Amino acid sequence: MTQLALIIDLNVCVGCSACVTSCKEWNTSGPAGFMSDDNPYQKDPNGTFFNRVQTYEVGEFPKTETVHFPKSCLHCEEPPCVPVCPTGASYKRELDGIVLVDYDKCIGCKYCSWACPYGAREIDEHQKVMKKCTLCVDRIYDEALPESERKPACVLACPTNARLFGDVHDPDSEVSEMIREEGGYQLMPEWGTQPSNHYLPRRKNKITIHKDELIRVDNPLNKEQKQHHEPVNAPTLEDNSYN
Amino acid sequence: MHPAFSVIFLTTLIGAAQGLFLGLFSTQLYSELNILPNVADSNFYGIGAVISLLLLGGGLISSFFHLGHPERAWRAATMWRTSWLSREALALPLMIAAVFLYGAIHLGGYDSIAYTHGDIKLSASLFAGIFGVFATFTLFICTAMIYACIKFLQEWSSPLTVINYILFGTASGFALATALASYFGLTEHTLFLGNWAIILTVLVFLTRSASLYRNSRIKFKSSVQSAIGIRHNKIVQKSQGAMGGSFNTREYFHGKTAMFLKSVKYIFMVLVFPVPLILLFSAVESSNTGVLFAAFAIQYIGLIAERWYFFAQANHPQNIYYQTV
Repeated sequence: MTQLALIIDLNVCVGCSACVTSCKEWNTSGPAGFMSDDNPYQKDPNGTFFNRVQTYEVGEFPKTETVHFPKSCLHCEEPPCVPVCPTGASYKRELDGIVLVDYDKCIGCKYCSWACPYGAREIDEHQKVMKKCTLCVDRIYDEALPESERKPACVLACPTNARLFGDVHDPDSEVSEMIREEGGYQLMPEWGTQPSNHYLPRRKNKITIHKDELIRVDNPLNKEQKQHHEPVNAPTLEDNSYN
Repeated sequence: MHPAFSVIFLTTLIGAAQGLFLGLFSTQLYSELNILPNVADSNFYGIGAVISLLLLGGGLISSFFHLGHPERAWRAATMWRTSWLSREALALPLMIAAVFLYGAIHLGGYDSIAYTHGDIKLSASLFAGIFGVFATFTLFICTAMIYACIKFLQEWSSPLTVINYILFGTASGFALATALASYFGLTEHTLFLGNWAIILTVLVFLTRSASLYRNSRIKFKSSVQSAIGIRHNKIVQKSQGAMGGSFNTREYFHGKTAMFLKSVKYIFMVLVFPVPLILLFSAVESSNTGVLFAAFAIQYIGLIAERWYFFAQANHPQNIYYQTV
């Protein structure tokens, strides 16, 4: 079974919010209708968004790290928002595991938003239906688009490639490989929701290089006496290795 | 959570209606089993059922104010296999139908003896009432399970939620039934119902206190660490992605101070338990109808505060993501 999902790499997210604006741009112009805003340019702006970038400071000043944290619907494998829906408007697709809301069936009771521990659902204050990330279901299957563009708008917009899109159930997919090899994790695992979206942690790659490792003892220039450094008299690493 | 008055009125009104119906049914059952004197005026049951229907109707109307699309409310009956809200949407009309049937039999004079065993004569309305008792408890459980089934709202996710909903509803309904019996001049029945109202109020005082105690020392499973998946003891949110507030900041927080929350708790602890108890104690023997109605009214006002507090006290884990603008 396919389970489409996003992988968000916190190591490279710079918090530019390009995913937020591209998401809003694509989805507010989509066939499902606009995402309503109130006072977008005045005091107390308010609006419907599927995706937001939050910022956290980890550690104590001055030894801190800033983590930008994009948050949208995680398309859980066990979505708690789906069984509570009294009308069946909230559902998870068999085909690709995307959790969607049928805007024509939703009665706007907000119960699903109570049942989502992540706060991924928002009521549209004017259309009075519950809305959430659709993984751009209206573009990822659009054959009018070139294949490289059949991805969610946020993924295409990300300038640092912090958002990856693919099938997390296919062990050979790029996203599965990233989860496996880069320590991908799920949010709030304690509730058993099994989010499909995974996050990749901040990670630092360091290697220690000793000075003598930078010098080639068998450098042919040595023989020609053209080396730019002092000759090494002490045994070097290469003297002790069997290569 | 942000307490919605539509839901507060829905749950308190239908709770009282269900309790009132149970009060009427038990009075009739006890009377027909010859434990209590017979109620000569079947209008007591009929008018009682009409009041119960009015309360149920009020709750139903109130619930529509909670919906973004009330015209689609009929769809809520479809997912009863998985959703407690859908089950409630079915149980409420069932309850209304049962009380209507019960009231119609009494008011329309359609009642007759359906079963005789020695001195005991059970009437047809009593058997119709059994259907109502079934509907009452179904509705109580459905209403309470809407809240108790959300496991990460840890304040709600407890059997105490279900027990409290049942006991609060029956206590206030029995108080109303007591006043009604007194109004109809049924002194012995007033005493019977009044004593049960007192017992139920004391019981719910114990169970609600237990849930308050449980909630005061609750250990939350989610933390900012599990929410964003970063293992560090010190994580501070610096922005939540929206400066003008959002659905996430409106729907999940009561928006009042801790002091206000505490005051509501004390208000309901006084209005729901001691005041109605004193009034019931003082007026049950003497059948003082005015005081008994006041006992119900004060307890009902207290229950509105109690329900407000029930919602406001629940901490939704999504609030972890919304600590700073």
